[in-house]
Amino acid sequence: MSFVHSAPKYASNEGVCEALVAALGDIVVASKEEHGEIVITVVRDGIADALRLLRDQHDYQQLMEIAGVDYPGRAERFEVVYMLLSVTKNHRVMLKVTASESTPVPTATTIWPNAGWLEREVFDLYGVLFAGNTDLRRILTDYGFEGHPFRKDFPLTGYTELRYSEEEKRVVYEPVKLAQDLRQFDFMSPWEGADYVLPGDEKAAAAPPPPPPPASTPKTTDTPADTGAGAKTDAKASKKVSAEAPAKKEAAPRKPRATKAKADAKPKAPAKPRTRKPKGDPA
Amino acid sequence: MSLQLELSPTTGDEVISNYTINFGPQHPAAHGVLRMVMELDGEIIERIDCHVGLLHRGTEKLIEHKTYLQALPYFDRLDYCSPLAQEHSYVLAIEKLLNLEIPERAKYLRTLFAELTRICNHMLNIGAHVMDVGAMTPNLWVFELREDCLNFFERASGARMHSAWFRPGGVHQDVPEKLLVDIGHWVDTRLPELFGDAMSLVIDNRIFKQRNVDIAVVSKEDALAWGFSGPMIRAAGIPWDLRKSQPYEVYDRMEFDIPVGTNSDCYDRFMVRVKEVYESAKIIKQCLAQMPSGPVASTDGKVSPPKRGEMKQSMEALIHHFKLYTEGFHVPAGEVYVATESPKGEFGVYLVSDGTNKPYRCKIRPTAFSHLQAMDMMSKGHMLPDATAILGAIDVVFGECDR
Repeated sequence: MSFVHSAPKYASNEGVCEALVAALGDIVVASKEEHGEIVITVVRDGIADALRLLRDQHDYQQLMEIAGVDYPGRAERFEVVYMLLSVTKNHRVMLKVTASESTPVPTATTIWPNAGWLEREVFDLYGVLFAGNTDLRRILTDYGFEGHPFRKDFPLTGYTELRYSEEEKRVVYEPVKLAQDLRQFDFMSPWEGADYVLPGDEKAAAAPPPPPPPASTPKTTDTPADTGAGAKTDAKASKKVSAEAPAKKEAAPRKPRATKAKADAKPKAPAKPRTRKPKGDPA
Repeated sequence: MSLQLELSPTTGDEVISNYTINFGPQHPAAHGVLRMVMELDGEIIERIDCHVGLLHRGTEKLIEHKTYLQALPYFDRLDYCSPLAQEHSYVLAIEKLLNLEIPERAKYLRTLFAELTRICNHMLNIGAHVMDVGAMTPNLWVFELREDCLNFFERASGARMHSAWFRPGGVHQDVPEKLLVDIGHWVDTRLPELFGDAMSLVIDNRIFKQRNVDIAVVSKEDALAWGFSGPMIRAAGIPWDLRKSQPYEVYDRMEFDIPVGTNSDCYDRFMVRVKEVYESAKIIKQCLAQMPSGPVASTDGKVSPPKRGEMKQSMEALIHHFKLYTEGFHVPAGEVYVATESPKGEFGVYLVSDGTNKPYRCKIRPTAFSHLQAMDMMSKGHMLPDATAILGAIDVVFGECDR
């Protein structure tokens, strides 16, 4: 596959992945090379050794970033990804371990001093623990914050909101109150990749619904006398067509009549949701 | 627990314990909302505990709930001093996942505006750094230049700061011919004149040197270990610039030099930025000279939206427009880490796609995070007023650090 994009180009990946996997030995769980990126997954307890090996023997001098990713569906839901950079070989690799809420990852602070904050950030936002990090405090969230906000099951709006209270002369924390629902638009095309049942499709699989129970009173709007429809009314209506715009006073009294009819009709047919009602067709 | 005096202050037996002060979160030299808990021995800094995150807005989480295109403007709001440089990493990450080729003119325009952003950013940082150590005039002068840059951004994108102009597949709109002419004229005349004048007040100034030379010296080994990048690592004498070593867009066709420091102190960091402004001007001139004509966005209708005129004529274009601005485009599953040389250092985006129209995870690698972390290491043993010089030389912006 040839690359035509104009993203940064570093030294060739040719053979690097195999060489690193061979060097790391049996702590490697998986390795892949996709989109021009080498990603090597190692066992959790071997990450410190792997990082040290890559730094000392394979010239990856810099730890640029540690990223957490949450996959709630997996047994070990978190991935911790280490981005390494070699300034002498001009090359980048990613190392990855998986973790759960209760399984700590060995710290990298003994290898790179800047791992401290990066690990604190992953701990703060995902709740991944790092064994051996002596300063595992929260870093980005508020003082006294509870929970790990970047987990997929943490709501986007959070749980608390704060405002300055004029009465108490201080900032107060309150549960989130949304003035309107959080708008989450689903723009996924229903024909590709939607993982929900399309509205209406649920009827196709389910058994046909039982017929509606018979109404207690017969329909009362079937005759022209009830609806006001018929040849007479049509003729009357056609006369009015060429006249001026319908007078407002004529339209006004209709409304209460219509709602009255609706109110009258409702109790008569309680069991039939689709009963035709005379509400919109009073003429 | 500040000063404990036993008996008489004149007996010479007083016990003075270290005392702790709060620097920030509201402090003009803190470059934003940084709170540093400083442990001082007299006026000597013993330890600094930086408290960041006061500007944390959960950008990465918000991005997970937006389509790829809707997430783009968040990048302007990270480092609000160099908005286009942040967008650059993001659009390149998307293009890397899509393996999308962009037209030549778009590459040149992006390079041109990335360098203009660098000048714009350095104008702010140089001015702020100088002001942090006590000089007022140069800041006012370089702000003139920054204002010019912002005017150029406005003429290209319609917005002074939050441009949202780099788009996946190219740039949003072509620039007017007059703008390119004006940029060329500005780079030739106004920039060297005004910038040269302002810098002539500073770079040999005795007070400025006293405040910066030999402050916060970082060895090459430390610079590598602490994850430094950008002017911070170049000041340490390591000629590492992603534009040169890992070229993107058309940087491999540009002739420019990488200034490096020799002493790795605050003065070197400052001077690296000053020199970089001239190098950026060189790149801008080359971009203008080589600028080809042609489309400014990918012709792939599945990624970049059609022109308005086209939309009025073609049903297909109308459908593409509708689909792109509602559902957005789908990005193949995978993960990439793309880092570009932002004015402050390596700005990276780790983008995980699950094949849908929204990023599954978008981790932003801010430049300031690693640099600020070394604040404790760099300022140990220095005087309290040096902390502002060190902070100014880091070039920290909290929109980016806290995300």
